[in-house]
Amino acid sequence: MNQLIPIHFRLNGQEIMTEVQPHQNIIELLNKLNLTGARESCGQGLCGTCTVIVNGKAVSGCLEFAQFVDQKEVKTIEGMEINGELDPIQDAFIATGAFQCGFCTPGFILMTEQLLNENPHPTDDEIKNYLSGNLCRCAAYPEILKAVHLAAENRSKK
Amino acid sequence: MNSSSGQLKEIGQSIPRKEGRYKVTGKAEYTHHVKLPGMLIGKIFRSTVPHGKILSIDTSQAKAFPGVYAVYTSEDIKKVISEPYYGPAFLDQPILAIDKVHFVGEPVAIVLAEDPHVAENAAQLISAEYEELPAVYDEVEAMSSSAIVHDTLKPSGTFPDLKHLIGKKNTNIALDYHLKRGNAESVFASAKHVFEHTYHTQQVMHTPLEQMVSVADAQQDKVTIYTASQSPSFVRLEIARLLGWRENQVRVKVPFLGGGFGAKLYIKLEALVVASSMISNRPVKISLTMEEQFYTITKHPTTFKIKSAVSEDGKILARRCDVWWNGGAYADIGPRVTQKSGFTSAGPYDIEHVDIESYALYTNRPPSGALRGFGIPQLVWAYESHTDEIARSLNIDPLEIRRKNILKEGRPQATGTLMKGAEIEKVLECVASKIGWEKPFDKGTGLIKKGRGIALAFKAVVAPTTSTALVTINADGSCILSMSSVDMGQASDTAMAQIVAEVLGIKTFEVKVSQPDTDITPYDMATLGSRSVYHMGKAVKLAAEDAKNKIEKMASDLMISKPFQFKEVFIKHYGMQAGTIVGFGSFIPTYTPPDKKDGSTSNATPFWMVGATGVEISIDTETGHLTVDRLINVVDCGNPLNPKIVETQLSGAAIMQLGFSLTEKMNLDAGQVTNASFADYKIPGFNDIPVIIENEAVQAYQVDGPFGAKGVGETSTFGVSPAIANAIQDAIGVRINELPMTPELIYRALRKLHQNPLGT
Repeated sequence: MNQLIPIHFRLNGQEIMTEVQPHQNIIELLNKLNLTGARESCGQGLCGTCTVIVNGKAVSGCLEFAQFVDQKEVKTIEGMEINGELDPIQDAFIATGAFQCGFCTPGFILMTEQLLNENPHPTDDEIKNYLSGNLCRCAAYPEILKAVHLAAENRSKK
Repeated sequence: MNSSSGQLKEIGQSIPRKEGRYKVTGKAEYTHHVKLPGMLIGKIFRSTVPHGKILSIDTSQAKAFPGVYAVYTSEDIKKVISEPYYGPAFLDQPILAIDKVHFVGEPVAIVLAEDPHVAENAAQLISAEYEELPAVYDEVEAMSSSAIVHDTLKPSGTFPDLKHLIGKKNTNIALDYHLKRGNAESVFASAKHVFEHTYHTQQVMHTPLEQMVSVADAQQDKVTIYTASQSPSFVRLEIARLLGWRENQVRVKVPFLGGGFGAKLYIKLEALVVASSMISNRPVKISLTMEEQFYTITKHPTTFKIKSAVSEDGKILARRCDVWWNGGAYADIGPRVTQKSGFTSAGPYDIEHVDIESYALYTNRPPSGALRGFGIPQLVWAYESHTDEIARSLNIDPLEIRRKNILKEGRPQATGTLMKGAEIEKVLECVASKIGWEKPFDKGTGLIKKGRGIALAFKAVVAPTTSTALVTINADGSCILSMSSVDMGQASDTAMAQIVAEVLGIKTFEVKVSQPDTDITPYDMATLGSRSVYHMGKAVKLAAEDAKNKIEKMASDLMISKPFQFKEVFIKHYGMQAGTIVGFGSFIPTYTPPDKKDGSTSNATPFWMVGATGVEISIDTETGHLTVDRLINVVDCGNPLNPKIVETQLSGAAIMQLGFSLTEKMNLDAGQVTNASFADYKIPGFNDIPVIIENEAVQAYQVDGPFGAKGVGETSTFGVSPAIANAIQDAIGVRINELPMTPELIYRALRKLHQNPLGT
């Protein structure tokens, strides 16, 4: 179990060179780097709590091996805030109160970003379908729906 | 200091959550992320049989696995804790199984290693041999089964109504609550209409997305525990008791919780990490997987037989409730659920003759505890389904029958306690008007049929319980609120800061709320049962008032006239920016325990929660598929401290209950949970929420609550399940009496109705 694989990737714009074990997943890699926004919950890629963006595409960090991010670009929730300024999606989540315990929130925010990149003005049904892979046990869904609409509005103003 | 003008500035405002920025940036702290130098990870080896004597445990291969630090069984635990049994009601649960196992999934051994993968692999190399014993899974069978889960009952001595069970043998009954009001039997004998129905609820799990997790760092004479717990004060008390230590030797720190819902109460992993850390002399962390959570704590399955005598015009004359609560292998808080919910089993109705028999049963299932409602949703499921069945049989409108029978202000409830501050009528009328009950309703044509239903419920808050709080004013005038209420998503930090801000005449964002740390934050019974706003809210208000009085006294002694800045008082008093003012608040309500004979009490609860649900549904009669088109939640939560937070609680709790109503069920095969995963256990996702959700808190004021407020975290769960069942009957004429109401159940019932039943 002690075999180490060197990897080199970009994490939220920063060059990272490190080593991982063959069985370690992306969440374990991020935790080692003290990033805690992506969290393993269901462990089966069914809840979206571990969502991270790899080369512009959302993946379940609990299912993807860490070694596969070698030579890739990884973005996590920690990369959304730039120079102390929140992304409009994060602002919208705060303004609409779109979370309770906050454990699933980073996953929802990253999926929302991907959604709005693909579809800047989604309908209710489009939002629900796109975010149906993210679970929120506190069930802040009605507020999240409002947050996504508000974020879409604010992004278009920018 | 700002002068108080009588106009509230902070209370009643929809102030955004204080911790919002931390949560949207992923920086909020959870126990999930705690890392300590030298920390070992524990992985649990669990029982594979539902009931059996442990003949042997072979840990040799696991111990020899490269990277394993240690493997412990109960023999090792006993070296540091001689009586390693815990529990809030019964001292029945061993830290690791001793002599016997009582359910599939019970912890038997633990492997420690620095690498979690090593610990996990090694745990799979442990084997155990058992002599299997007869097992019982059903709560009604457990009453008379020859399979006895525990050889001897061991109540903890905390609760007087359990004392008579000390040392009892040959029984699975962990609490029996009896209420007798009037003479129901004689009314049944002479009544024109008597209805009797039986309803069932299933076993479900809270599934917080931050799984149960605890870390312990034990030293020679002290231990620090970092834990995802709703009850830090209880953890301190119980760990100190186990170790024979003083409370000040145990420090419990709780950051934010990634959801709780009642799962993270009392002792879960704390005793195991403490014992493991003491034996290994290393910090130890255990973080459960989603699967393991299903073996740790669940919601009580129930059977509820309810019988009513009713007059021709729909007046309920007498009611008998027999409720069996399936507590699983360990009592946890089940006996409290049985008693407290026992008080209100007959519903929010004015009934002269009531008999209630409520039993907590041990079975060989994973243990049951509190889950968002403390037993109330199980009861409401039965009594509000029953109300509609009576109405339909007598051809009375379901709203009318409720109007005719509801408990009005000042009337005695089944225990004899007079109703006060419970807006039952207002809540019922509000839900009726919002759903438009008097207006015609399109029942649908063709294959899609539509229906609507309502349900009404109430709850007595668990009593008596204590909260205490500290409000500190620093020399620069800044404030800190120190309390042991746990913010698990319900936004208690924000609501409590609003109370402090209102009293001190400052802004909510200026109040820092320190996270529970039992070395610093004073005692609180627990964050459960919607008790915090009322109990902790009052303690916080008293603490803030105490701090305010102290600084005003100091100012007047210094001849500083109002309005003044806090800072100038400190500077004048201490000659520089120095000093601290501490305000303390403590609150425990009055309470009268139920009479041993007839279960009556003149003071069952300090406040009542009242909730009603209205739903409109569609059913595809070709498949049984059900859609909730509209969900209306109406509650009496007193005067909302923060309307936005209240609304989020209302829709969140109702959607959670929607999962328990329609999709969630733990399936068991010979005691083994067969769907302990999100792949097979379906919690509500985005596509499962109703198209329209409406929430309303009726105008109300809890006279002795802080600024007129009371708890609301559970209220909108109460009526969801029966409102849907009532709507199903309205739509297609069939009655579903068990949960969850799956398309299969609905379709089978439809086929049976049309005298063309499906085979099994």
